[in-house]
Amino acid sequence: MRFRKLSLEQKNRYYGLYFILPWFAGFLFLFIVPLLSSLRYSFSNLQVTNDGFSLDFIGLSNYREALLSHESYVRILTESVVDIAVNTPLIIIFSLFFAVLLNQRFRGRVLARAIFFLPVILASGIIASIENGDLMQSVVRSANDTAGGGLSIMKNLELAVLLIESGVSMTFVQYLTGAVSRIYEIISQSGVQIVIFLAGLQSISPSLYEAAKIEGSTGYEAFWKITFPMISPLILTNLVYTIIDSFISDETSRLVVDTAFKSYNFGLSAAMAWLYFVIIALVLWITTSIVSRKVFYQD
Amino acid sequence: MKKEIAEVGQPMKDELLHRMASAAYWLEFAKKWLWITVRFVLIFGIAFVIIYPILLKLSIAFKSMDDLYDSTVIWVPHTLTLDNFKLVFQAMNYPQVLLNTLLLSSAVMLLQTATCVLAGYGFARVKFRGSGLLFAGVIFTILVPAQTMMVPLYLQFKNFDLFGLIKLIQGEPANLINTYWPFIISAALGMGVKTGLYVYIFRQFFKGIPREIEEAAYVDGAGYFTTFRRVILPNAVPSMVAVMLFSFVWQWNDSFFTNMYLNEPKVMSSMMASSGYAIATFLSGGGQAETASYVQDPFFMSMMMNTSVLMAILPLIILYLFVQRHFVESVERSGLVG
Repeated sequence: MRFRKLSLEQKNRYYGLYFILPWFAGFLFLFIVPLLSSLRYSFSNLQVTNDGFSLDFIGLSNYREALLSHESYVRILTESVVDIAVNTPLIIIFSLFFAVLLNQRFRGRVLARAIFFLPVILASGIIASIENGDLMQSVVRSANDTAGGGLSIMKNLELAVLLIESGVSMTFVQYLTGAVSRIYEIISQSGVQIVIFLAGLQSISPSLYEAAKIEGSTGYEAFWKITFPMISPLILTNLVYTIIDSFISDETSRLVVDTAFKSYNFGLSAAMAWLYFVIIALVLWITTSIVSRKVFYQD
Repeated sequence: MKKEIAEVGQPMKDELLHRMASAAYWLEFAKKWLWITVRFVLIFGIAFVIIYPILLKLSIAFKSMDDLYDSTVIWVPHTLTLDNFKLVFQAMNYPQVLLNTLLLSSAVMLLQTATCVLAGYGFARVKFRGSGLLFAGVIFTILVPAQTMMVPLYLQFKNFDLFGLIKLIQGEPANLINTYWPFIISAALGMGVKTGLYVYIFRQFFKGIPREIEEAAYVDGAGYFTTFRRVILPNAVPSMVAVMLFSFVWQWNDSFFTNMYLNEPKVMSSMMASSGYAIATFLSGGGQAETASYVQDPFFMSMMMNTSVLMAILPLIILYLFVQRHFVESVERSGLVG
């Protein structure tokens, strides 16, 4: 009896590996191998020749060039990191807030959800990049602004003055007003996060809220004592997703691609990409180690 | 019978009147409606911000040349025209590009979903020394930016070889750049756009399915693969729909890998990037000097760009209208929850 049980378990282990096999082949040949060769390229000078390519080992000079003598790499890299530091908290708060809103019962909920998930479908990246500097759009937009309609509600100058006069600190006000004017950017980056939060909200058992209501809690208390702790693991998930997602579609990555395929400096491009990866890893490590201390796990 | 109800209803109505007399009732009432109003304004406002660019593109795409220079026209053109669409349609070779993109995205979607569902199930069920390390590999594929591996991947597909087999037959390694093979191969091996995320979603989902279901199937004499196919897979349909939609759409929109592997604009995402030049070339009949003169009218070119972007995302929006309800439900029931 005992023998049989063991053999079934052993069989299960064995078969589980079969399921992973296609993925594992890809992991080896399309991930580990390129990753290692990219590390090798970053330490060498890569020349594309007629029959493939040749490598000369040149040590750290690619890294030195990227950090010390490249005209824009360091600046763009710092800009990317600052951007992420500014945007990530906004995206998380925004998507949590709207997930809670969309989870409530109201008329037109289906339509509202459909619209809120549109950014997931339209993969903000390309569309946003084409929109930047588009002439026709800016014409319509400026016409709208002078007509006093459209998005000019977003002009929040009066609000800023009001806040500063009431003694709120200057940096905070700038952060807030900046958030309002970057609203489209934030919305288009928080589609997937809203989906994840919404799925999490739906999985919280309604009996918890019922019990809280019987005990006489208000909606505000219910949010901070039930919803927030129950959803906190997903905050971590979304934090990681947001950071990675914003790193993937920013100026630095464009610079890395251009260095490789426009100036054909493959070694330098690999070095830039590795520096970049190390910074992502550091940012992720710091944020997750801070946040995961506060995360509540049910089990 | 009716009278009875009326009699029962009477004290309730009284009670309601009584409650309405108290201040607390009105406070509650005001709070409720205030919240409903605030919520409506917020949701409506954000929804407007989301669809604003699409509306803007629609408005621009229907404009004619006259409306373009007419300063009284902002949103609604005087004369609706389909000329812009016709022009982009011809200049971009739209039907061919649409077909290419559809085929590529569908193929990638099917292969990716198949590989990831298998891998996700494997990761959820295998338990041996080192299985945690394997799954850490999945997380690692999500974390490493594609730019890091871009150059080696490019070179690998440029000189593609299976353990020297192709070189043995053809005399030289195959050049897969400018073909669809890089996409197909990476999708089939689970290394395409954001595939790590899909494996993660499936693993979370399968972890939620109790083992007893499988054990019942084993007791009934089903093999491991039969159990997977007949018992596990039907349960996984919601998360599969979500992953299929994600993978279709992200492949459709992916400009990083498309620009890297394809030199000629054969699919939507690379078409969008080069539409301006293509239209100018088309209008001038290919001549260099004439091309330049068309590019000089930035308003016209911008209108064309807007139209072509709209045409590129239009199939996605139509698709989304059909699957939207299903998608939202499937995401809610899928393994997205940790």
